[in-house]
Amino acid sequence: MAPILDITSLYKNYGQTEILKDINVSIEPGDFLVLVGPSGCGKSTLLNCIAGLEPITSGSIEIDGRDMTQVSPKDRDIAMVFQSYALYPTMTVAKNITFGMKVRGVDAATQEAKLQQVASQLQIEQLLHRRPSQLSGGQRQRVAMGRALVRDPKLFLFDEPLSNLDAKLRVEMRSEIKKLHLNLGASMVYVTHDQIEAMTLATKIVVLKGGVVQQIGSPAEIYNRPANLFVADFMGSPAMNLIPARTHKNGSGTRIEIARDTGEPLVLSDPNSDLPSDVILGLRPEDIAEAGFRAGEGVQEARCVIDMVEPAGADTYVVSRLGGKQVTARLHAETKAQPGQPLNLAFDLSKVSYFAPETGERLN
Amino acid sequence: MTNFAPASTFNAGSAGKWRRAILRLILLSVLVIFALFYLMPLFVMVTTSLKSLEEIRTGSLVALPREVTFEAWRTAWSSACTGIQCEGLRPYFWNSVQLAIPAVLISTLLGAINGYVIAQWKFRGANLIFSLMLFGCFIPFQVVLLPMARTLGLMGLAGSIPGLIFVHVVYGIGFTTLFFRNYYVSVPSELVKAAKVDGAGFFRIFWSIFLPLSLPIIVVTVIWQFTQIWNDFLFGVSFSQAGTQPITVALNNIVNSTTGVKEYNVDMAAAIIAALPTLLVYVVAGKYFIRGLTAGSVKG
Repeated sequence: MAPILDITSLYKNYGQTEILKDINVSIEPGDFLVLVGPSGCGKSTLLNCIAGLEPITSGSIEIDGRDMTQVSPKDRDIAMVFQSYALYPTMTVAKNITFGMKVRGVDAATQEAKLQQVASQLQIEQLLHRRPSQLSGGQRQRVAMGRALVRDPKLFLFDEPLSNLDAKLRVEMRSEIKKLHLNLGASMVYVTHDQIEAMTLATKIVVLKGGVVQQIGSPAEIYNRPANLFVADFMGSPAMNLIPARTHKNGSGTRIEIARDTGEPLVLSDPNSDLPSDVILGLRPEDIAEAGFRAGEGVQEARCVIDMVEPAGADTYVVSRLGGKQVTARLHAETKAQPGQPLNLAFDLSKVSYFAPETGERLN
Repeated sequence: MTNFAPASTFNAGSAGKWRRAILRLILLSVLVIFALFYLMPLFVMVTTSLKSLEEIRTGSLVALPREVTFEAWRTAWSSACTGIQCEGLRPYFWNSVQLAIPAVLISTLLGAINGYVIAQWKFRGANLIFSLMLFGCFIPFQVVLLPMARTLGLMGLAGSIPGLIFVHVVYGIGFTTLFFRNYYVSVPSELVKAAKVDGAGFFRIFWSIFLPLSLPIIVVTVIWQFTQIWNDFLFGVSFSQAGTQPITVALNNIVNSTTGVKEYNVDMAAAIIAALPTLLVYVVAGKYFIRGLTAGSVKG
């Protein structure tokens, strides 16, 4: 299938400052693409470029096979939901939703029919005669979505649409957006700095930092096989443990030593014999369990002193100091771990990531 | 009555209570004295205009009229002499109306569009142009008299009401642009983006989204411009001729061209007539004026 959105070697400069560097992304119809990164990474600029609200310096943007690089926003067949919702303050909800159709000269009967359809889909029928100032944050959010939905565009663009909502509402709206995507089968591009939103919504994630794409992949790929230290640290909460380690060739495998404050190093072994002598070993907290609760080929146990115990209800997080770093392990809720006491931990090396300390790039 | 003393929760005792009452009394007395001081000229103007010349000559300046007569008002409006013509203020009043209304509307509209462009459609050099316009606000009127006279002559507008409208529009744009630019700067730029995605163009966004938001600042601008243009004397006297003089020039002529007896009652009536329209604008739109000046951001 032809890609619905195809961005090729896009560059964006403001004067001398490079905001976006060599962006290449393409998505299939029905994909939910999430652009994620810390603030100032250029993700919103990229979205504005896709919308045509910002001119690009070089490269090209194709939407559904048509070159849109020089096309104005209104002719790109897109709809956009903004962070501040950007509802027209002097218009009622109904007028807000139908404004785009009115501008395009759609006849009144069609406008009304579409308005009713979208209003019932989003359950905002009772709000149609109110003004934006009379709505709550969640209601405004819905109206902003309605304004996008009513257009039935080729591509939906979302610019941090949930960041102004409180935590509970955010989770609700997140699953509504997901439902909407499943029901409509529409293609969406979504900007967020929240990596949980990215994981839950996306079929494809682009991780950006400093205007450079760090990794493109499915949520599982990004989570399990991060391409570099930045992605490993940015995606996932609590973050991936990144532990400096030394390696020694050991027959067909590698012996991995992690320095400890007690002097005696923690020793693990890996069948991979292709590692440099210094690595950063990456393990997610859930890949370190209490001994006896995790079995499998790569699981190795070691006795570690627990510095801190943090019960979180469903799980208990324990922190131990390894390789000069605070290492978090996610244990079952009923663990007997005590601060200051040693505990046998099981390290699941089948899930391990190795990074080069100098470049930060993934090694395995 | 507003309670000037801070509301105290503790019991101050009767001595404190008396102290506060006396302070309040002094405060109010001062306010009343100042109010009377400022109202006095108006009082003298109104009463004098309602007296006959005979009574003005014999009576006291601050006394109420013994016999109220509107004769002076009639004379001021329709038969007082401005130089050699004796048609009163009426023709000049209409000159001023014909001059002020288009000049106010055009300068306000242009200011709104300018402000909209400078605040929301940033282009290279936008800030420079805005600074130059601001600079234009501070150029004294006298400096532009000669070049403006030459310009009006070249445009064929010398001595005409359209010429005066042109002068006032040009001079007003700096201020009106400043007002609207500062108002529109607080409108979130995402609004323009959303409208662009919705398919609206430059003027559509202006008419459908920005103008409906603008009532407070329109009122401020209209009051400001109307007061400036209606009360202007220098441009009026410099760029008009016999049939096109605005009311301020005619008022000056009435007061200065008396022959024989000085008709104070007519002068007073004429001055009040000349000031009435601006007074009316303030009374009708005054509360929006304060509100508009203090209006900050536009909440969605």
